[in-house]
Amino acid sequence: MASYSTNEFKSGLKFMLDGDPCSIIENEFVKPGKGQAFNRVKFRNLKTGRVNERTFKSGDTVEGADVIEIDLEYSYNDGEFWHFMDPNTFEQYAADENAIAESKDWLKEQYTYTVTLWNGSPLLVSPPNFVNLAVVETDPGVRGDTSSGGGKPATLETGAVVRVPLFIEIGEVLKVDTRTSTYVERAKD
Amino acid sequence: MSGKDWQPSATIETLKRRAQLLADVRRFFAEREVMEVDTPVLSQAAPTATYLDSFKTYYQPPGSQALPYYLQTSPEFAMKRLLAAGSGDIYQIARVFRNGESGRLHNPEFTMLEWYRPALDYYGLMQEVDDLLQQLASLPAAVKMPYHLAFQQYLQIDIEQADTAMLRQTALTAISHLPADWQTDYNGWLEMLMSELIEPELSQLGRPVIIYDFPASQAQLAKVYTNSEGISVSARFEVYAGGLELANGYDECLDAAELRSRFEADNRHRIEQDKPPMPIDERLLAAIEQGLPPCSGVALGLDRLLLLMADKTALKNVLSFGFEHS
Repeated sequence: MASYSTNEFKSGLKFMLDGDPCSIIENEFVKPGKGQAFNRVKFRNLKTGRVNERTFKSGDTVEGADVIEIDLEYSYNDGEFWHFMDPNTFEQYAADENAIAESKDWLKEQYTYTVTLWNGSPLLVSPPNFVNLAVVETDPGVRGDTSSGGGKPATLETGAVVRVPLFIEIGEVLKVDTRTSTYVERAKD
Repeated sequence: MSGKDWQPSATIETLKRRAQLLADVRRFFAEREVMEVDTPVLSQAAPTATYLDSFKTYYQPPGSQALPYYLQTSPEFAMKRLLAAGSGDIYQIARVFRNGESGRLHNPEFTMLEWYRPALDYYGLMQEVDDLLQQLASLPAAVKMPYHLAFQQYLQIDIEQADTAMLRQTALTAISHLPADWQTDYNGWLEMLMSELIEPELSQLGRPVIIYDFPASQAQLAKVYTNSEGISVSARFEVYAGGLELANGYDECLDAAELRSRFEADNRHRIEQDKPPMPIDERLLAAIEQGLPPCSGVALGLDRLLLLMADKTALKNVLSFGFEHS
């Protein structure tokens, strides 16, 4: 794997730190007074998902991480692993509980997810920003109430629970924002 | 090249503000009868400061050996030669160059406003910087605080007593993103504490802050003197505003022999750091030897000031073309 010097640091660069693959979020070049320069780097540990900061001397090098992002289709869960497939090559990938933690509530068969692979194995499964999911459980709809005020909980087919307007009925398909777990609108056919 | 790559990195509106700022600076100094000068960008000598890297280039006389020249990192040396020649109060809006300094708040070439005032002492010059910021950038009046007091107030450290080991301990405990094996020297730890712990506190004050009386070990080209509390300090100040380091000023050291020994110490430090030693500016030392009038001088980053005024986040947004698109 290539190594990178601090002057090549930029957001999105994948590198190894203390044995974990990380992705740079922000890189700030700092030069205090007329002193020695350093880089203050904000990064995400791709294994734990945690955001951290670390200081590097300007000119230091880090080892690149063999991390790529690909789009995969979710197939099924066998109780231990969640299986994904590359729709072009039909290659299969098994993700563990840690990798799907962020998207567990949004996994639906045949939907496409962005999967981060480290050394060829799924490290992180990210849901799309918006998904369309059917309501499987909610209180009966209130006829004629189309105002946005109030609301009620609704359980979706993936198990996620979101607040929805009172007029929503079981069986309806909703567009949901996965970043905030909020209802956006009724899905358009 | 993408289709928009040729475009300026600042808006035309920001460039108008830039033009206005330059005009305001010139009026500010004209009213105070300070003379505008311009000095060479290319010099045969260069500053020796360890962490200041000059761009090096060559003049090629036809048919003979190429001669090394350096792009100025500030117009300081040439301006001091003018002062020694009797120029009186002078200022310059100079394009300066620093190798290896590129980032959100750094551009390897930038615009420096530098001025020298034989008519003013150190405190008078701090006040003039404060006046300039208030008049040209509508900033509130600055708070002035001695360096040792900032360390006492924000870190409960008495820097008179603190040795390298104690500064290191404080930094590693308080700065969570600093790796445990970080290595630097006494001044390096002070700078780290200043930039990572004190500066963020200063930016909370909502007004510019002038930190003065830096440790004698960070004198650079400033005079070292014993302040009213009996501490040996350098007559150097730094101006911070909006989380930015904006200006650096000195009551200038007038002792050529003292400066020569600082330059030589810098060069030894450079060699220890695997950096090439720099050619000492003998013409500067000769001018100071002959007699530099007592004076104070300050250098202010004009691009950074404009960044604050225009409320932008990256230096390239106040430059017609940032370094990556130059």
